[in-house]
Amino acid sequence: MPEITYREALKRALREEMQRDPTVVIWGEDVVAYAGGGAYGVTAGLAKEFPGRVRDTPIAEEAIIGIGIGAAMGGLRTVCEIMTVNFTLVAWDQIVNHAAKQSHMFNGQIKVPMVIRTPNGHGRTAATHSQNFDAWFASIPSLKVVAPATPYDAKGLLKTAIRDDDPVVFLEHLQLYSTRGEVPDEEYLIPIGEADYKRRGKDVTIVTWGRMTVESLKAARILAEEGIEVEIVDLRTLRPLDLSLALESVRKTNRMIVVEEGWRTGGLGAEIAASVQEVAFNYLDAPIARVAGLEVPMPYAKNLERATLPFAEDVVAAVRAMMQNQY
Amino acid sequence: MDRDTLISLYRQMLLIRVFEDRAAEMYAKAKIAGFLHLYNGQEAIAVGAVSALAPDDEIVVNYRDHGWALARGCTARAVMAELFGRATGTTGGRGGSMHLVDVKRHFWGGYAIVGGHLPLAVGLAVAAQYLKTGRVTLCSMGDGSTNIGTFHAALNWAKLWNVPIIFLVENNQYAMGTAYEVHSAVPMLTKAAGYDMYAEEVDGMDVLVVHEAVCRAAERARRGDGPVFLNAVTYRYRGHSMADPDVQRSKEEIAEWRRRDPITRFADEVLLKRELATPEELAAIRKSVEAEVEDAIEFADNSPEPPLESLYDYIYMQPVSHMQISGSLIRPPKLGGRVSPNGKHH
Ligand SMILES: Cc1ncc(C[n+]2csc(CCOP(=O)(O)OP(=O)(O)O)c2C)c(N)n1
Ligand SMILES: [Mg+2]
Repeated sequence: MPEITYREALKRALREEMQRDPTVVIWGEDVVAYAGGGAYGVTAGLAKEFPGRVRDTPIAEEAIIGIGIGAAMGGLRTVCEIMTVNFTLVAWDQIVNHAAKQSHMFNGQIKVPMVIRTPNGHGRTAATHSQNFDAWFASIPSLKVVAPATPYDAKGLLKTAIRDDDPVVFLEHLQLYSTRGEVPDEEYLIPIGEADYKRRGKDVTIVTWGRMTVESLKAARILAEEGIEVEIVDLRTLRPLDLSLALESVRKTNRMIVVEEGWRTGGLGAEIAASVQEVAFNYLDAPIARVAGLEVPMPYAKNLERATLPFAEDVVAAVRAMMQNQY
Repeated sequence: MDRDTLISLYRQMLLIRVFEDRAAEMYAKAKIAGFLHLYNGQEAIAVGAVSALAPDDEIVVNYRDHGWALARGCTARAVMAELFGRATGTTGGRGGSMHLVDVKRHFWGGYAIVGGHLPLAVGLAVAAQYLKTGRVTLCSMGDGSTNIGTFHAALNWAKLWNVPIIFLVENNQYAMGTAYEVHSAVPMLTKAAGYDMYAEEVDGMDVLVVHEAVCRAAERARRGDGPVFLNAVTYRYRGHSMADPDVQRSKEEIAEWRRRDPITRFADEVLLKRELATPEELAAIRKSVEAEVEDAIEFADNSPEPPLESLYDYIYMQPVSHMQISGSLIRPPKLGGRVSPNGKHH
């Protein structure tokens, strides 16, 4: 199978869906002119291929999302790009009070087939530009929230998200855009709400998503050399949350660590750990542990940034500790 | 405008007035709860505007929405039942007073976050432009929503993309208890001028003036001349909502505006003066309106509450079939079961 980048996988998904359905449009800041298309290059070239359907917008996130909602109500399938997840904060009223309210509050009379594409990530950009709100998005009823880790998942999930009749928050990642992975040339879709085993193992279950799936896979290779076989459940969708694989796995390994990039307090890891112990308490040989981001506004300095974020080494340390019954 | 149309405008305004007065009574009797924002005084705006639009033009309004729903043809029964929180209401008791809706009638709803619906309305207009439906979107709002960010973002974008939309300010001169001079730095039309938008100020207490202004605006927007901004000057007779003791406005000021009442003025200066109706005919209309609202109250009161099993309906329009278990969708025991059936969907 050919290998392509996560960025290219996303672009192919956009292209295929735009070819398939003339009501699909892409709006966002700098998705057309800047650097050939997109602050991170995802939409590069699409404006030329689809005249009038990919449009640069004002810097007004509340309007990008709000107008995206309205246009979706009115019969389009809007794909709104928010340059990074940090800027969604400006538009939270539109996401929470509007996108996520229409279908239920209006009793099925209004649907909002919209995708909000936005990357998590960091890169020496300090506190306002290096945040992760996965848990916030995932706590909102009526939203669908997706966070793919691989090019394969990114393409299949974005295509599904665009065809979906509900608002989907599609969380990409700056550190993943240039990663490569196998993506078939043939068309495929990945359902929303389905977790995936990214590695099979018998000793510890790691439940994770997004960039931390990639870090956990790196950790797994290190741990395998020590004779520890971790099983990695990649959630892929954060709402609705599919814990079936996590439960299946922990019933086998009897140990679980949830690995997330965001802050620990109120993180999705807390929700997952609580839900799993409610259902599978008797299977646990150890408390469910969490690896998460440290709770500080992200510093700029290289060493401090590195210390704040979880990486493979943190996963390795947590797994070793669990195997030595240190939790 | 022919006699029947004029009589119909009168009847609609009166229906709204009587509906609101009875709704206030029902609130006092605790049949209605939460926030109840009444439309008394502003009837000429919804009735004048809706009568100027095509049946498939899109309408988006704020939470002061009973008048709009009734003018757009929602039945008094469905609206009253919604206020009562019953299954027969416009959203089956989901949205309540502030979130009436009837998409069949291209009435896209009442919205209760000040300024939040403006981008939605622009989006509907962008969709109409893209799909070449020829529809115009009318977005009404209060004077208090012309300072928040979404107002400026929406006007800028509407002008930039030249979309077919009418921004209609129902300028009742107060945002809750805050008077226009206290919340706005510049006159209303200056705000529209900031976006080089065609704008008019209209007497919001005169149904024919509003009707004509919206006709002109819709024509402009429909022929591709872009957005129009209307500042309809009006007044609300009652407090902001039923929770408002209404102490900040003077009795004289309220009395002064009541003398310009849109319904009596229309009856006296148009229907009676032009001999389009006799006083007896107008009295008969009032009787029929009162009966209609009385019937709506009975209907609402006798309607069932929404079934508990409907709680999860339409959480998603497209439920996720692969979901095995999801903390957020585990049903509490009182709804009878652990795992959500995913709810109803189309
Ligand atoms: C963003 C937001 N802030 C505050 C409120 C509370 N609130 C509801 S209505 C209102 C006044 C709005 O006045 P205006 O826009 O003039 O509309 P009117 O009630 O006069 O029709 C306020 C402050 C709200 N609903 N939304
Ligand atoms: Mg006002």
